[in-house]
Amino acid sequence: MSAGQTQQPIRCLVAKVGLDGHDRGAHVIARAFRDAGFEVVYSGLHRSPDEVVQAAVQEDVDVLGISILSGAHNTLVPKILDGLDEYDALDDTLVLLGGIVPDKDQDELEEQGVSAIFGPGASMEDTIEFVRENAPER
Amino acid sequence: MSDLLERLLDGDHRALARTITNIENRAPGYRDLVSGLYEHAGTAEVIGITGSPGAGKSTLVDKMAETYRDRGETVGVIAIDPSSPFTGGAVLGDRIRMASNVGDMDVFFRSMSARGSLGGVSIATADAVKALDAFGKDRIIVETVGAGQNEIDIVKTADTVAVLVQPGSGDDVQMLKAGILEIADVFVVNKADLDGADRTVQELREMLDLRGNAGSGRNDQHTGHGHHAEVTAVESDAAAADADGDGRAGAADGAALKQAEAEPGDDGGSDAVWTPPIVEAVATHGEGVDAFLDAIDDHHAHLDSTGEARAKARERYAEEIRTLLREDTAALIAEEIDARGGIDDLVDGVVAGDTDPYGIADDVLDPVAACLRERREDG
Repeated sequence: MSAGQTQQPIRCLVAKVGLDGHDRGAHVIARAFRDAGFEVVYSGLHRSPDEVVQAAVQEDVDVLGISILSGAHNTLVPKILDGLDEYDALDDTLVLLGGIVPDKDQDELEEQGVSAIFGPGASMEDTIEFVRENAPER
Repeated sequence: MSDLLERLLDGDHRALARTITNIENRAPGYRDLVSGLYEHAGTAEVIGITGSPGAGKSTLVDKMAETYRDRGETVGVIAIDPSSPFTGGAVLGDRIRMASNVGDMDVFFRSMSARGSLGGVSIATADAVKALDAFGKDRIIVETVGAGQNEIDIVKTADTVAVLVQPGSGDDVQMLKAGILEIADVFVVNKADLDGADRTVQELREMLDLRGNAGSGRNDQHTGHGHHAEVTAVESDAAAADADGDGRAGAADGAALKQAEAEPGDDGGSDAVWTPPIVEAVATHGEGVDAFLDAIDDHHAHLDSTGEARAKARERYAEEIRTLLREDTAALIAEEIDARGGIDDLVDGVVAGDTDPYGIADDVLDPVAACLRERREDG
């Protein structure tokens, strides 16, 4: 096999969930992931947890990055995690959160299955590095 | 791996998703997996959609999926986006527009990156279609940006190829250029509510007439018939066209389509020739979608009645065999290059002036050719 055929790009879903309408950050991260050589599926704005789960399952992504600024993370994120679990997809999907998540909520979310939370000021290099190191082996 | 196939046949969405991933990655064992799909595939109808970026492909696909679902059919969609030639990365954005089918797992939408590989993506797409087919999808839509030869190869895996054109997408020289327009079984002039839509329809029609005239005398009858293949799906547009004094466009809606269906039969013998209908649509509002789906069904009926369906299937198998063999040979040669010290060593020879690329190619391949010939002669 030539090199081109054995490469397995990391597949990511960058998702916006719920009511917040700001996806500039999601665009920036999608672009940065693309430039890092990842295959990025972007969900678009205002997705329900079900839709995010559907997309993550159908696209068979290694990484699910959820961008959330609305403060509804404690309601929406667990629904997504449960949905992934229902499809048996939680164990081999790296779930990341980006946006505004207060410190006091972080432990709980990580306990439920979120691998890392990147808040304001997180560097793009660190995020990409984290994905490279932690994306599940297929 | 066979466990994966079993789960796929069992209707497990995640198994279907993983199968497509394995196909894309050429993961170990994917060949056996695809081999296993063949006996379960062959019932789905495959529709290829192509056209320039921004023509409205994803929006139309979304509405198509919605309409098929309303009719109780299940749908698979594969959307192919280009990948960066520099990093291999890609943003796969077509999912955004699949708004009508949210939460409906019976629309299985999968984004694929072209991954920059020549030919490779078309066989991966054909295999992914096979997976959706074996899974039991009734209709499979393959959507790709019509930017080059690769895309043409991809849509050739479809039974019916629809090319989307938007008004103002170029002068009539564009219509003369070789490429995607030639492969269309159905034309969709999308955004037909925009200025210039009439002109685009007109240009397409002229192009089709030219094509007809270039063929046998039998085709001439087509042009004599007054463009029966035209379908005008947007009523307001038809009215506008009437005001222009273009009476032909006045035959609106399904009537025109039925006409398109009936007329080729009238002049007996010409029903063997398919003239691509031109459907006008405004996909964002769902206008023209029904007429478009009718046109697809007509084409499918045409394929069946003329025996073209069988010929197409044969052609497809031939292409699959050729592509696989090309891939395998390329892999074999890559192995041989490594065995000879790698491509850099060979390049060194050329740079030093000791040999040239042609000499190297002969060097590498002559033993292979000799070996194959010998075996053939030995029977």
